[in-house]
Amino acid sequence: MKTLLIAATAAGALLTGQAQARTIAVTPGGDVQEKLQTALLDAKPGDTVMIAAGRYELTDGLSLDVAGVTVKGAGPAATILSFDGQKSSGEGFLITSSRVTIRDLGVENCKGDGIKSKGADQITFRNLRVEWTAGPKSTNGAYGVYPVASTNVLIDGVVVKGASDAGIYVGQSKNIIVRNSEAQFNVAGIEIENSMNADVHDNLATHNAGGILVFDLPNLPQMGGHSTRVFHNRVVQNDTQNFARKGAIVGDVPTGTGVMVMANRDIHVFDNDIDQNQTAAIMVVSYTQNYDDLTYNPLPRDIAVHGNRFGKNGWAPQFPGGDVIAKAMGGTIPPVVWDGVTNFTPKGMSAPVAVHVHFTDGPVANLHFAAPGNVFSAKPQVTPTLDDGAIAEPKPVVLPKAQAGL
Amino acid sequence: MRRALAALAAVLCLGAAPAPLMCGPVNLAALMSATPAPTLAVYRLFTDEDAAHPNARVTPYALNTPLFSDYAEKSRFLYLPPGAHAVYRPTGALDLPVGATLVKTFAYPADFRRPADKVRVLETRLLIHRRSGWVALAYVWNKEQTQARLKRAGPRLDVSFVDVHGQARSVDYKVPNQNQCKECHSLSGHIAPIGVKARNLNGVFAYAEGPENQLAHWTRTGLLTGAPTPDKAPRTAVWDDPAEPLEARGRAYLDGNCGHCHNARGMASNTGLFLNLEEARPARIGLNKRPVAAGKGSGDLEVDLVPGRPDASIIAYRMASADPGVMMPELGRSLVHDEGLALVRDYIAKMQKPAAR
Repeated sequence: MKTLLIAATAAGALLTGQAQARTIAVTPGGDVQEKLQTALLDAKPGDTVMIAAGRYELTDGLSLDVAGVTVKGAGPAATILSFDGQKSSGEGFLITSSRVTIRDLGVENCKGDGIKSKGADQITFRNLRVEWTAGPKSTNGAYGVYPVASTNVLIDGVVVKGASDAGIYVGQSKNIIVRNSEAQFNVAGIEIENSMNADVHDNLATHNAGGILVFDLPNLPQMGGHSTRVFHNRVVQNDTQNFARKGAIVGDVPTGTGVMVMANRDIHVFDNDIDQNQTAAIMVVSYTQNYDDLTYNPLPRDIAVHGNRFGKNGWAPQFPGGDVIAKAMGGTIPPVVWDGVTNFTPKGMSAPVAVHVHFTDGPVANLHFAAPGNVFSAKPQVTPTLDDGAIAEPKPVVLPKAQAGL
Repeated sequence: MRRALAALAAVLCLGAAPAPLMCGPVNLAALMSATPAPTLAVYRLFTDEDAAHPNARVTPYALNTPLFSDYAEKSRFLYLPPGAHAVYRPTGALDLPVGATLVKTFAYPADFRRPADKVRVLETRLLIHRRSGWVALAYVWNKEQTQARLKRAGPRLDVSFVDVHGQARSVDYKVPNQNQCKECHSLSGHIAPIGVKARNLNGVFAYAEGPENQLAHWTRTGLLTGAPTPDKAPRTAVWDDPAEPLEARGRAYLDGNCGHCHNARGMASNTGLFLNLEEARPARIGLNKRPVAAGKGSGDLEVDLVPGRPDASIIAYRMASADPGVMMPELGRSLVHDEGLALVRDYIAKMQKPAAR
């Protein structure tokens, strides 16, 4: 505590326009656990916790519960929060307050998740590195960057490597931008799950088992994911053998999947470069497991795929029966694969919910499953495109001014 | 020596000598102050320096089924300001007035076969109801056991003890940091008490003047209003009383050890796994429910709870782990609670499959 340098600088106040904004500087050496955690407890709204370059060996998770605080390092390779010796907490860094920015630092080898935010509004992850340094292992933590039940989420310039679930994972959140980020050697590169209004663009997903996933799952407080745009990303060479533990939904993602949409509605995938993914470039599928939730719709509805650039994909699909299906289609899985399920009638309704697709990229394989996951009922049919007509694109995600201006 | 000093202090107080620190009623002003006191003694919650004897208006209590905390012995007290009282609620924590303070002291005897001897007190946690809401503080005791100082960043302490089986054990004991207090004590993002629910207090406490049901005692002594007679109030089962039904004990244990996060308003609301006693929907309490964010915590298992099959149930797997990336609860323990795990495994093993709907 005494080693903490608390400097209230006039210049800082002038720049931020906040009379009381302070910089709380933390430097390496000594009891870094206590120094860092105390700084995070002492911070007041408007303050910046500045973590100087160096390596910080931590024994326990850090957490921030003060709104309006910026946590800033000297760069993702310079300020390193190491959790090699972590003994407790489910994540390395937990944020439970709003209007928080965490930026310019690296987080290594968390025992559980990397950086998590829960129930935060206007949460920004910028120029970060979250990494499990021994490469992809099932004993690595689950998620690298993990906003959940949050609103106005910005993930910008983040690199995540080695997560045993999803590198960049946004769950049960609303109004989300994931951009200029990089996910490598994770089970899933980037995953948007049970979320509304997300723009995922200008990212690189490579060497994961699956590149970019948009999922909606049952039995969760927030369901009915919709309105996500996945565009102008590079989804290339996702070739790391799926190393997730069973039980995790991403364990079911076939190695070499480019983009996968599971359930959800109004998902638009366009203007991406998708190349060197051995299972398929884009898969649009239903949720196939049993569930006990009458309000859940397991089918993808109103999905648009257009203007993507495909290289070589689908030459050795890694899902059950994939080799048979590939053979039936001339040896290669077409770039766009849809399970073709259209007949889901929610409890209390008399007719199935309409399912539209707008696949102007192709060729498209419609597997014509009779029901979700019913491989044996497949009647694969390949057509150049598959188009029920244009589907209105979700509006671009707009973040609050203060956050967008960062 | 310590006890002699404490006795002397007590005598001095009685004699109305120039007031030393321990004298006088609980220091309500200090509890209400936005700046926490540097030492526990400032609050005068106890009349002796080693916090064994509660001051006036500080009432000891116990829970039918508490949270497991690495085998630490916990003593609990409720302070209510003069003239104030708690109001009964059938569900959730009692309605406690501003000024109310919950006090919990964590201690280890050197040998659990002689629990009253050589007791080392580690920390005393306060949950103070200020006008602005609840505040959580942790005071860590010195080696001499004469003073407890405020620690906000959550230090680690080396603890060793001999367990009830005569086995030497050691704990890398973690005092929670101030945010971690809130991680468990969180209700819709605000700090809230957990244990002081009518149903978890609905049991007999051995008061100095004899055993009495706590709800009845609190009502009789004016600490609590609005409570029905204990037989009409809900009641949490005592997890380790074999005379109680297994299902009630299993649910009580999961409620006390998991339900504070795993409920619709808690820190783990996003999991959709709700283990508070009030939850009745099978999928919500884990039956054949797939995990959402378990990562390696799934242990290659598919669902949270399979009736009849503890080895196939993620809940039992995570309770049996001490790996921070796997174990549940993820805060508050570093050891596996062998007895609690055995109970939950038994509860799952004998659970009937719910009737098909």
